[in-house]
Amino acid sequence: MKEALLEIEALSASAGGKPILRGLELVLRAGEVHAIMGPNGSGKSTLAGVLAGRPGIEVTGGRVRYRGEDLLALAPEERARRGVFLAFQYPVEIPGVSNNYFLKSAVNAVRQHRGEEPYDAMEFLSVVREKAALVEMPKDLLARSVNEGFSGGEKKRNEILQMLLLEPTLAVLDETDSGLDIDALRIVASGVNALRSEARAMLVITHYQRLLDHIVPDQVHVLSEGRIVHSGGKELALELEQRGYAWLEREPGRGAEAGAR
Amino acid sequence: MAEASELEKLASREYAYGFVTPIEEEKIPKGLSEETVRLISAKKAEPPWLLEWRLKAYRRFVQLLAEEREPTWAQITYPRIDYQGMYYYAAPKQGPKLASMDEVDPELLRTYDRLGIPLLEQKRLAGVAVDAVFDSVSVATTYKAELEKQGIVFCSFSEAVQKYPELVRQYLGSVVPYADNFFAALNSAVFSDGSFAYVPKGVRCPMELSTYFRINAQETGQFERTLIVADEGASVSYLEGCTAPRRDENQLHAAVVELVALDDASIKYSTVQNWYPGDKEGRGGIYNFVTKRGACRGRRSKISWTQVETGSAITWKYPSCILQGDDSVGEFYSVAVTNNRQQADTGTKMIHIGKNTRSTIVSKGIAAGHGQQAYRGLVRIGPKAHGARNHSQCDSLLLGDKCGAHTFPYLEVKNASATVEHEATTSRIGEDQLFYCRQRGLSEEDAVSMIVNGFCKDVLRELPMEFAVEAQKLLGLSLEGSVG
Repeated sequence: MKEALLEIEALSASAGGKPILRGLELVLRAGEVHAIMGPNGSGKSTLAGVLAGRPGIEVTGGRVRYRGEDLLALAPEERARRGVFLAFQYPVEIPGVSNNYFLKSAVNAVRQHRGEEPYDAMEFLSVVREKAALVEMPKDLLARSVNEGFSGGEKKRNEILQMLLLEPTLAVLDETDSGLDIDALRIVASGVNALRSEARAMLVITHYQRLLDHIVPDQVHVLSEGRIVHSGGKELALELEQRGYAWLEREPGRGAEAGAR
Repeated sequence: MAEASELEKLASREYAYGFVTPIEEEKIPKGLSEETVRLISAKKAEPPWLLEWRLKAYRRFVQLLAEEREPTWAQITYPRIDYQGMYYYAAPKQGPKLASMDEVDPELLRTYDRLGIPLLEQKRLAGVAVDAVFDSVSVATTYKAELEKQGIVFCSFSEAVQKYPELVRQYLGSVVPYADNFFAALNSAVFSDGSFAYVPKGVRCPMELSTYFRINAQETGQFERTLIVADEGASVSYLEGCTAPRRDENQLHAAVVELVALDDASIKYSTVQNWYPGDKEGRGGIYNFVTKRGACRGRRSKISWTQVETGSAITWKYPSCILQGDDSVGEFYSVAVTNNRQQADTGTKMIHIGKNTRSTIVSKGIAAGHGQQAYRGLVRIGPKAHGARNHSQCDSLLLGDKCGAHTFPYLEVKNASATVEHEATTSRIGEDQLFYCRQRGLSEEDAVSMIVNGFCKDVLRELPMEFAVEAQKLLGLSLEGSVG
């Protein structure tokens, strides 16, 4: 069996004092892509936040191990440097900071952690151009301030560009498909697929099945009221699209153990 | 932006050259009297008219002091200054010389290291006795020769009084009269030294004039006086300051800067101010009470102030432009940082007198820790300033919840054809911005530095290249430890 990159045990977490995650269990092995689906408020984004170390989310119980290490003990930047990447649902604008400079600083911070030489301006330019072409990113978006005045689609493409540059071991995509038209969805998906490899794992959080037509998952989990209530293969996504979530919520716990472990 | 190594190189470059600074042995007794003023003037072998001018200023200051007219309107608090308890003529760094680096505040040393300042220079800045003699005279002389070829005068104020008395007499006090304000009167009475620059008709100064290339005037002391004149069609860019925090035993600094631009002349004046801000609890630190003003006397003349203020315990400073000539232009670009217990009340005045005069104000204030700051700006459009235009942009960024930022814009418009715009924003540095940066692998401090530099970009890009790089680095350092 492949290395377990991410092991989540009995994870409970609250945001703003309100319990959101309640005993969540999940294991992701190298090479796997898992999808997390579920209704609004089920805890999908909180899960992404816990993994990345978002301030304001309090872990109240359980454990998260990343490559055998206690992930929750690490600062957000330490997680990032070890290869944990979060594609934000709402990418943040940073006025006055050029996208190119931001990307280079991020890539060099991660490279430095890996013991690699930082890229100089020229090296980085050729790397970023190559990756930007993969997500069909217009050149002027590199010169502009980070995400400032970007359209929704451009912001999401910028997230994928960052992922391609940072080459994470564990990528968490938080509703990356929301607000994308079909062309943008295809571009984003091809960026994600370009990064799929035997050494990496991905957690794709989504509301809609259509993203999973493009990024085909190994497993699909249904999150409800802070825990995984059902797991299955990629067909599950289609079933959810047709039947909704209500039938699962009436049968909590069904198949959760078997599927998640 | 440049790589870290380049930054260090640039930041250290300024300090690669030192100055021979014989220690001033003479000291006039404590306190301010007519005798003090006469002694200062005599020591500098000044002409009688200058002594007279100093004495008038002295009498004015004494009167203001007696009437308790030290300004109180600024949003700053400090204990009463004992003007009779100070020395008015002494080498500025007459504080006790330290025997070795071990006696220097480790915090200060760490900052020097981070700025990449060579050890020898660190010693000099920190006030440690230095055996070695810096030899940079050759460098400075080279520059001086080149300037002289073009007829540009650039020397210490004292030297100018001896060599170019007519020029000094013509312009001294013509922009900031000795009776202008409390601190200007004090400065006019007892000013120690400073810079003088004159760029003749039609000459574009081929290099940035920096205090640093000036011979024998490195230590200008607490009462600095600067006068820069750009004759018709001349242009000059002047750099003041340095990024290294300076230890100085003199707590009160009251400088005066006067700029004069004649027809079609332009003056760009850039400052990076990083005087000792005091410790985290607000002990020590410089009180920086400065009067800076430029007169756009000629048509189509232009004066541009750019300042990055990160140091001093208290900053009280309003670099201003008097837009007298028709079609003249005034600009003010400012970044002010207050961290820990620092206070700053700073801004500008744009006085529109001539027709079609234009002014731009961009002020970026950053408050962290318990830092307090105020932007105070006056835009006055006189009755004859037809078609005058002003645009003001004042933004404040808060780090944490114990600091404060305040904006006091004053507008006086006496001509209906004028256009005046004022925009102001206050924002808190976003936790989501920080998290976003950290999720990409940047440390919290790098993230803050990046966000702050982005916030200040409109001002930083007005600075000459190498100054801008230093300023960026300085901003990050000044705010270290202010989050989390």
